[in-house]
Amino acid sequence: MDYFLKLFLSGTAKGSIYALIALGYTMVYGIVQLINFAHGEVYMIGGFTALIVGGFLFSLGVSTPVVLLVSILAAVLYSAAFGFTIERVAYRPLRNKTRLSALISAIGISLILQNFILLAQTEKYLSFPSYLPELKFLLPVREYINSTQFIILVTTAIVMVALTFLIKFTRIGKAMRATAQDKQMALLVGVNINQVISVTFIIGSALAAIGGILICSYMGQINYYIGFVAGIKAFVAAVLGGIGSIPGAVLGSFILGWTESLGTGYISSDYEDAFAFIILILILILKPDGILGKNQKQKV
Amino acid sequence: MALMELKNVSTYYGNIQALKGISLSVEEGEIVTLIGANGAGKTTTLMSICGITPIRSGQVILDGVDISSISPHKIVSMGLSQVPEGRRIFPQLTVLENLDMGAFLRDNKSLIKADLEEVFELFPRLAERRNQAGGTLSGGEQQMLAISRALMARPRILLLDEPSLGLAPIIVHNIFQIIKRINEERKTTIFLVEQNANMALKIANKGYVLQNGAIKMADSSEHLLVNEEVRKAYLGL
Ligand SMILES: Nc1ncnc2c1ncn2[C@@H]1O[C@H](COP(=O)(O)OP(=O)(O)O)[C@@H](O)[C@H]1O
Ligand SMILES: [Mg+2]
Repeated sequence: MDYFLKLFLSGTAKGSIYALIALGYTMVYGIVQLINFAHGEVYMIGGFTALIVGGFLFSLGVSTPVVLLVSILAAVLYSAAFGFTIERVAYRPLRNKTRLSALISAIGISLILQNFILLAQTEKYLSFPSYLPELKFLLPVREYINSTQFIILVTTAIVMVALTFLIKFTRIGKAMRATAQDKQMALLVGVNINQVISVTFIIGSALAAIGGILICSYMGQINYYIGFVAGIKAFVAAVLGGIGSIPGAVLGSFILGWTESLGTGYISSDYEDAFAFIILILILILKPDGILGKNQKQKV
Repeated sequence: MALMELKNVSTYYGNIQALKGISLSVEEGEIVTLIGANGAGKTTTLMSICGITPIRSGQVILDGVDISSISPHKIVSMGLSQVPEGRRIFPQLTVLENLDMGAFLRDNKSLIKADLEEVFELFPRLAERRNQAGGTLSGGEQQMLAISRALMARPRILLLDEPSLGLAPIIVHNIFQIIKRINEERKTTIFLVEQNANMALKIANKGYVLQNGAIKMADSSEHLLVNEEVRKAYLGL
C-alpha cells in the first residue's frame, strides 16, 4: 500500500507537468486546429532560460527565492515571446492554406529550435540546480512525497484555477471560446481573432515554460532534446483526453502520469517511455476522439 | 446621403465570379430587402459588406466611409451588425454569454445591462433560458438569440440573412413582426436578405431582386409585390 501511494503521488506530480504542456497543445488546437509541434521546444527553451538566468544570478550571490522568482519570470516571458513569434512567422501566413502545410511548418520550426539550442548551448546533458526550497513540514511524510513534487502539485493547481477563471469569466476568455467555436462569427461580433490567437499561443507557451522549470528542477538536468520527448508525451495526454478539450488535457495528463509511474514501479522501468505510445495506440483504436472529446465539441 | 451603399461590387470565389458588379443603396431608417433564389449570391453580398469575403472591385460605403478594405471586426464598431445565415450561435456558450459576445466592443456596463433587459423583453423565451447552452435551443429560439446578439452591439444598420430559413410559419411571422418593431422602435436601419419574398416585401420599403450575382430589378415593395415577373418567379403565383 505504501509503495502504491508513493508511486501514485509521483505519478500525480508527473501528470501535473504533462498537464502544463498538454494545455498548450489543446488550447492551440481548439483555436486553430493545428498540432503545434514546436510546443515541446518552447518548453525546453523555458528550462534553458531559467538555467541561464538562474546561474547568472546565483553567481552574483542573489538569494534563492529571488533567483527562483526572477528566473521563472524570465523563462515565462522568453517562452511566451517565442510562442507569439512562431505563430506570427510560421503559422499565420499559412492559415488559409491546407492544414498539411501548417503541420510541416510546425515540424520545421521544431527542428530549427532544437538545433538552435544544440548549437548555441551544447549537446550534453547539463545539470540543473534545484531552485526549489526544502519544505520542512513535509519531513514526516518524505517517504511518500518530496518538496519538489509538492511544489509541482501546488503550482499546477494554482495555474489550473487561474486558467479556468480566465477562460470562463474574462472578456478575453470568452473571446477565446467564441473564436474556437466559430471564427467567422467571432469576427462578425467584433473579435480581433488574430489577437485572440496570439494570446492563446502566449498563454500556452507561458504554461509550458513553468512546466519546463519544474521538470528540470525535478530531474536535475536539461538537454536540447527534452522538449521532443516531453512534447510527444503531453501530446499523447491531450489526445487521450480529447484534443481541444481543456479538462480533457488535464485528465489525460494524470492518466498518463499514473500509468507511467505504476507501470515502471510494478512492471519495469525499461518501458517507461513506451507506456505513452501504448496508450496512444489504444485510444486511437478504441476512442479516437479521446475521453472527453465528443466529436469536436467543447473545444476550448 | 445613403447610410449604406454598394457601388459596382464584384466578389469572386477563386476564378468564379459570384457578384457581378452590384449596386444598391439603403437610406437611414428604411427596411430594404434583397430577394433572390438559392445560389443567387445573397449571402455573398452580406459577407462582402462585412469584409469576411473581400470584394475584388467596387466600393462598400457606410455612412460616407469606404469600408471595403477595413477588417471585419472594425466594421462592427462602425455600427454594422449581421445576423448570418444559419444563425451561427456559439453552441457551447450560454444564452447570456452569446449576448455578451454581441456587446463585445462596448464597455458601458449599465447601457449593456439596459439593452439586455430590452432584448429579454423582446424575446421572453431567451430570459427563461439565459443559462442554457446556445446549441441546445430550438431553431426558432436560436434565431431570436442571433437577432438579439446582433442588437446587443447597438448597430445603426442590421443585416439579416434569411431569418425565416427552416422555421415554422407561425415563428416566421413572429420574427418578421419583431424585425419591423426593431425598425420602428429603435430606428434601426434594416437590410433583409430573403428567399421568402412575400413576407420580406410586406415589411420592406424597397426591394432588390438578385439573380445570378446581378441586380435584376429595383423598386418599391408595393411595385415589386404586383410585378408579374416577381410574382411568377419569387412569389409562386
Ligand atoms: N465558399 C464558396 N466557395 C465557392 N463558391 C461559393 C462559396 N460560397 C458560395 N459560393 C457560390 O457562390 C454563389 C452564390 O452563393 P450564395 O451567396 O451563398 O447564394 P445565396 O445566399 O443567394 O443562396 C453560388 O453559386 C455558390 O455556389
Ligand atoms: Mg444564402
